[in-house]
Amino acid sequence: MLEIRNLVVKIADEDKQILNGLNLTVNDGEVAAIMGPNGSGKSTLSYVIAGKEDYEVLDGEILLNGENVLEMEADARAAAGIFLAFQYPLEIPGVATMTFLKAAMNAQRRARGEAELLTPDFIKAVNGAADKLGIAKDMLRRPLNVGFSGGEKKRMEILQMALLAPSMCILDETDSGLDIDALRIVADGVNALRDKNRGFLVITHYQRLLDHIIPDTVHVMSQGRIVKTGGKELALELEKSGYAAYVEAA
Amino acid sequence: MAAVQETIDQVKSIDVTEYKYGFVTELEVEKPAKGLTEDTVRYISARKNEPAWMLEWRLDAFRRWKTMTEPAWARVNYPPIDYQNIYYYAAPKGPAPQSLDEVDPAILDAYKKLGIPLSEQEILAGVAPENRVAVDAVFDSVSVVTTFKKELAQAGVIFCSISDAIQEHPELVKKYLATVVPVTDNYFATLNCAVFTDGSFVYIPKGVRCPMELSTYFRINEQNTGQFERTLIIADEGSYVSYLEGCTAPKRDENQLHAAVVELIALDDAEIKYSTVQNWYPGDAEGKGGIYNFVTKRGDCRGKNSKISWTQVETGSAITWKYPSCILRGDGSRGEFYSIAVSNGAQQVDSGTKMIHLGKNTTSKIIAKGIAAGKSDSTYRGMVSAHRKATGARNFTNCDSLLIGDQCGAHTIPYIEAKTATAVFEHEATTSKIGEDQMFYCQQRGLSEEEAVALIVNGFVKEVLQQLPMEFAVEAQKLITISLEGSVG
Repeated sequence: MLEIRNLVVKIADEDKQILNGLNLTVNDGEVAAIMGPNGSGKSTLSYVIAGKEDYEVLDGEILLNGENVLEMEADARAAAGIFLAFQYPLEIPGVATMTFLKAAMNAQRRARGEAELLTPDFIKAVNGAADKLGIAKDMLRRPLNVGFSGGEKKRMEILQMALLAPSMCILDETDSGLDIDALRIVADGVNALRDKNRGFLVITHYQRLLDHIIPDTVHVMSQGRIVKTGGKELALELEKSGYAAYVEAA
Repeated sequence: MAAVQETIDQVKSIDVTEYKYGFVTELEVEKPAKGLTEDTVRYISARKNEPAWMLEWRLDAFRRWKTMTEPAWARVNYPPIDYQNIYYYAAPKGPAPQSLDEVDPAILDAYKKLGIPLSEQEILAGVAPENRVAVDAVFDSVSVVTTFKKELAQAGVIFCSISDAIQEHPELVKKYLATVVPVTDNYFATLNCAVFTDGSFVYIPKGVRCPMELSTYFRINEQNTGQFERTLIIADEGSYVSYLEGCTAPKRDENQLHAAVVELIALDDAEIKYSTVQNWYPGDAEGKGGIYNFVTKRGDCRGKNSKISWTQVETGSAITWKYPSCILRGDGSRGEFYSIAVSNGAQQVDSGTKMIHLGKNTTSKIIAKGIAAGKSDSTYRGMVSAHRKATGARNFTNCDSLLIGDQCGAHTIPYIEAKTATAVFEHEATTSKIGEDQMFYCQQRGLSEEEAVALIVNGFVKEVLQQLPMEFAVEAQKLITISLEGSVG
């Protein structure tokens, strides 16, 4: 379970405050969507949860299963179960995707005091998950994300999510840059991972993604705060009337 | 940004104690007076009981050296070297050891600490015969022991110190010495001719594949002492040899000079593979101390279809100035250069290669990977040339630079000269940076900072590491990781 209480965040080295006392809870097994206009602080929220260093937390706390993660480095948060699917996944030149996956999985296992994976088990796990997402074996031998199309990069994010088996998944604008077929593959990948022990925070501009990943709750974010919370029908309402009412309300 | 500042702070705090070979061995040594005169040259020659022709050769080089000036074209900065403030010879006191039993235990202990066992029994323990390595151990100015000499002699292979070769195989030394790097090739090479002390000599006879890896381990121990290594390797027709050198030195506040000359000669259909893992003391984070590594290495593919391949992993030295090169004289000959140059702290590197195509249908390949961190500065300088008779010459060059942090520099200076229209030269170069976003991405997947850097760096250098003999590749990979420790905040 992810609980965020009164989170106030500014950009480090600047006076610009992005999150202004944000409160949010995502329960285990819940799929929560955050919608909001550009500049409302959605991506900042995902980065701050994951532990990016460019921000300064002025107030509030972020609890994962009751434990405050703000004092933890990004890699410790990952090992604790937080996964962020990036809007723009980074390229890692020279490092084969397979090598990267194995390094990441074993690093998390070590951090949790678990034994490292045996190579045959690892290969079996990767091949199984890759097949489900329609990822060709050839792609797994290429350097991670280097020369991958937008759709391939997003599928690779979901593959990593499946293999790392986090308890809290954050998807930052996962639908951006995807055509409808790629969107369906990615959404199916996410839906397959829905589990009573796993929470999802789906950040998106558009209703479109939520036609495929049906949320339990929808939050509207504006000017660094959650300004309205509702069920999945709220997304449809936003699609019709836009964000204007909420921008003013905030 | 905060993270950048942290990187800078961490680089500043790099502790030289990370250099784990920085210990000093206490020995009674024999040294001439400091400084360089004709008497110094005579002293060195006399200490080695050299024949008159060798002394004359040295004195001639010394006279020429006095008329030369130190080159200043490299992208490196250092205060003027006082050549009169250096010891040119340092050897453990007493008669030269005739066998391992006579070697000073302190020296054996030093090599043990460096992970280089010198007793053949020890080397044999637990090692398959095909994985054995014969070692020539050079300590300051003298070779203390050469292992497996007898067994190599059975195959006709001569592997000994250059000093022994001058005594025992003068005809080979006279025939080949300074035929690849002429006496007056450059300032440091000429200095080396005058005062060279020890190094290795290898001769592989016709048609022989050397039955084991050969290696030389260079150790500078004495203070204010220069090391002037001289190595000569000859692969006769149809032979093959793989040779590896390693180098370390104690941590000292003064800079020390290592001015080596290495010459390789490959006759018809012969192949020489020469690998270097260079880990001289790099100095501290502010640039105090460390080795000046001013080295001339050149291979001559003298025979048709011969091949010379240089592989180097350079992590040490305060300043590196070296360009292992190939003269592709024989028709159909091939030269290769694979290099990883890692610089951190205040290290300066100006390194690369020259591929000189003289024969027909000669080919060459250059893969150079530079990694710069801290406040270091790394320059790749490479020359590829084709003589007008070198029809069908081909070269492929790829040099990539990886920057860590924003206070280091990387430069690529290629020189390309083709005097025949049939030459095909390709040059590729990239510069990339390990960015904070990449680091965050890796950390988000659970990798620590060190693991992320190691992963990215290993991916970057993989192509070159694959060229090293297996057991050295593992060592080299560890060395690169250690050299970059603390470079990312």
